[in-house]
Amino acid sequence: MAESIRGRVWKFGDNISTDLLLPGRITYPVMAGQMSPKEAATHCMSANRPGWHDLVTPGDLIIGGTNFGAGSGRPAHLPLQALGVQAVLAESVARLFYRNCINGGFLVIACPGIGELAAEGETLEVVLDAGVVRHRESGRELAFPVLPADSPPMEILRAGGLIPYLKTYLRPS
Amino acid sequence: MPMTMSEKILARAAGRPAVKPGEFVWARVDQTNAGAGELRVLDELGVKRLAAPNTVWATSDHYAPATDEHYANQDNVLRKYVRQYEIANFFEYGRHGIAHQLYGEHGAMLPGMLSAMSDSHSTSGGVFNCFATPIGSETVFVLATGLLWLQVPETIRIELIGTLPPLCYGKDVVLSILKQIGSEVGIYRAFEFGGLGLHSLTIASRWTLSNMGIELGAKAAICEYDEALGAYLAQRAKRSYEPVSPDPGCHYVRRHTLDLDRLEPMVACPHDPTNVRTAAEVEGLNIKVSQVFLGSCTNGRLEDLEIAAQILSGRQVHPDVRMIVSPASQAVWREAGSKGLLQTLAEAGALVSHSTCGPCFGGHLGVLGAGDVCMSSSNRNFRGRMGSAEATVYLGSAATVAATALAGRIIDPRSVIQEG
Repeated sequence: MAESIRGRVWKFGDNISTDLLLPGRITYPVMAGQMSPKEAATHCMSANRPGWHDLVTPGDLIIGGTNFGAGSGRPAHLPLQALGVQAVLAESVARLFYRNCINGGFLVIACPGIGELAAEGETLEVVLDAGVVRHRESGRELAFPVLPADSPPMEILRAGGLIPYLKTYLRPS
Repeated sequence: MPMTMSEKILARAAGRPAVKPGEFVWARVDQTNAGAGELRVLDELGVKRLAAPNTVWATSDHYAPATDEHYANQDNVLRKYVRQYEIANFFEYGRHGIAHQLYGEHGAMLPGMLSAMSDSHSTSGGVFNCFATPIGSETVFVLATGLLWLQVPETIRIELIGTLPPLCYGKDVVLSILKQIGSEVGIYRAFEFGGLGLHSLTIASRWTLSNMGIELGAKAAICEYDEALGAYLAQRAKRSYEPVSPDPGCHYVRRHTLDLDRLEPMVACPHDPTNVRTAAEVEGLNIKVSQVFLGSCTNGRLEDLEIAAQILSGRQVHPDVRMIVSPASQAVWREAGSKGLLQTLAEAGALVSHSTCGPCFGGHLGVLGAGDVCMSSSNRNFRGRMGSAEATVYLGSAATVAATALAGRIIDPRSVIQEG
């Protein structure tokens, strides 16, 4: 896990659901490996922001409103990962989506006040272990709570996701 | 230190005398589920046996029965692994149902247990006084190790008082709570439903409360235990269990009281389950529908089919409306059949089908097209949820769905009864 990341911002509103990120009709083909996450990414946000998937470039960041990732237990981070989105920073994050992101090794940060920090197209820097987001244009900073380094979710993130973590767990010591 | 129901269950499952909110624990899971994908991962990792095969439940509900060759192959993979990993509880088509309903009918989730299943509506198990939490594909870890990490959640207490007026049900209760507190304050938190009002509800109505706990953002949505629940479980539980109740003086991060006497039929409007208005208000907007759906793990139980059949008996679904009915399980289907409810619904012009998750998530069996307007007894009305992003979905009780089917536009179910 990188210590800090930097990226261009895309902004989305409140209650961005897993149905918007990964529509139900393609969820199971994706989970079964029948459809690649890259192909699934062409459906990502197509209901609320058609064409967005063509505009986003690897390294970009998403700022979301409240309850980002609301809804289903599907791996809705996969299309974002496939598009090269580095992280989601949101006012609040739906719990199951949050857990799926950790398990998928995808960075998601609950960061109250983030919506005020940057406009779309501006750049944010995120210093992960310090728990600070910096607005590059103005230098303004915002702190977010960081999970304890020895907590299970941080151990899973450091391992690169749940499956690599499970492998270390299963390996006879 | 006094603990909430959730804290007590997590302390027991973590092997600790007590836990408090914010702590990370590793807990032993009492009940989980397995899908073809997770089992394939374990096989590829060389896992020879599951940590506790007798705690594992499996069925195929989202595309039941296989809607194309691909899902047929997936089902066969699941069947193969069910044998290979000696999974104790597997249900074949015909004996199947939507997992949350099916496993509940078979006593999978019991008072005091920790249940962790993949599907988001796994909060449903909270009806059984069980800490039931959805974990997505993290079941792969639980299947291999029997363990799950959890951060002990703060608890929100919902105190129900009074009794429901006619034509109001659990769905109206949970929509009313969604209207009042939205979907954000519940995130990372456990809900605890209790009070005399809860105990006045049928098990079916309580089930809907726990089921839509996930729409409140909840990690779990647990109901208090009572004799009615004990009676429901008497023929179903295959092991002894120990109900939990909140310790006097335990800490709640928030408390809400809801007076059931003052409840009205409620409707969630597009495109979010928290966008709730009274059915009477929505009736005033004159919203014509093209489809109604009665089913899902939220409101596809016998009680729901009974309510709908009562409203539709001897009447006809509006000519401009198609009505899809899919019971929450095949056990519900059989029981509804023996009571003549399926016949009543079919005679009213409804398409009565088998049990499946299909319509609720836009998978199959009545997917919505552009311009469709659906009144549904299911749980989510996010844009694109039931099919086209150009469709709109409203959510309500089985009574509101049946009344709307008759009128061809969304109406308060009390209007039908008055006219009738």
